[in-house]
Amino acid sequence: MNTLARETRDGDRAQAEQFIMPPASVTESTEGYTLEIEMPGVSKDGLDISVENNELTIVGRRSLPVVEGTLIHHESRPENFRRTFELDPSIDANKINAKVEQGLVTLTLPKAEQVKPRRITVS
Amino acid sequence: MNLIRYQAPDLAPWSALDRWSNLRDELNSFFELPFWSGFGRAGQLFTGWSPALDLYQSNDNVIAVVELPGMRKDDIDISLHDRTLTISGERKRESIGGEEAERTERYVGAFRRSIVLPTRVDANKVSATYRNGMLTVKLPKAEEAKAKQIQVS
Repeated sequence: MNTLARETRDGDRAQAEQFIMPPASVTESTEGYTLEIEMPGVSKDGLDISVENNELTIVGRRSLPVVEGTLIHHESRPENFRRTFELDPSIDANKINAKVEQGLVTLTLPKAEQVKPRRITVS
Repeated sequence: MNLIRYQAPDLAPWSALDRWSNLRDELNSFFELPFWSGFGRAGQLFTGWSPALDLYQSNDNVIAVVELPGMRKDDIDISLHDRTLTISGERKRESIGGEEAERTERYVGAFRRSIVLPTRVDANKVSATYRNGMLTVKLPKAEEAKAKQIQVS
């Protein structure tokens, strides 16, 4: 059981705002987890990342380019993004780091020192 | 896997495209049911990576806005052939040793997206900006395609 990344669903929670679930990728290394979430149109100012009750929530609000003219073909969705993960106990929640580059949110979630593999030298 | 939508120019392309995107929306909403959600954006199984595209029209310009999160500017190609705008590129997998993928929903690899524009545009004046993962392509209409104001003398 080494999920970062057990996803929590709280769709029942009554919420006025509708969100869409953006695609995400999770990779694990000995140092920790890396989480990448696609949030096109979201800048640093639109990101809201929180940890509560061992649950990591990432909300991205878009600031879309202002375009002149009338919309004649429409595929994008107007909703903002939201994604929730349950944190693995090995993660040190105080050391989570986030950045956003061209609408791709990257979180690094280091494992706590005591769970990292350690080499013990025989004296 | 690429899907290029061919549209015969004479056949009112807009209604055809609309129907297509309705179908796509239906497929997508089907895959948003909880049973499927574990597969991520399963709709991508059918289309490869097909970024969402919005098209706007004003008196002077046609403007395409495409969702392309996490690309490098240099990896995006924009081309114009007659009235067909094609946006293509490749998202490279950034592999770092010693990592194990636990969940992969993001599409990595090449994509190609074409759309037939409603009017002729001036290929020499096309400009594009890429910001916050959103590509905006501005295509000034060709002179003959602009709506002309005719003065009554």
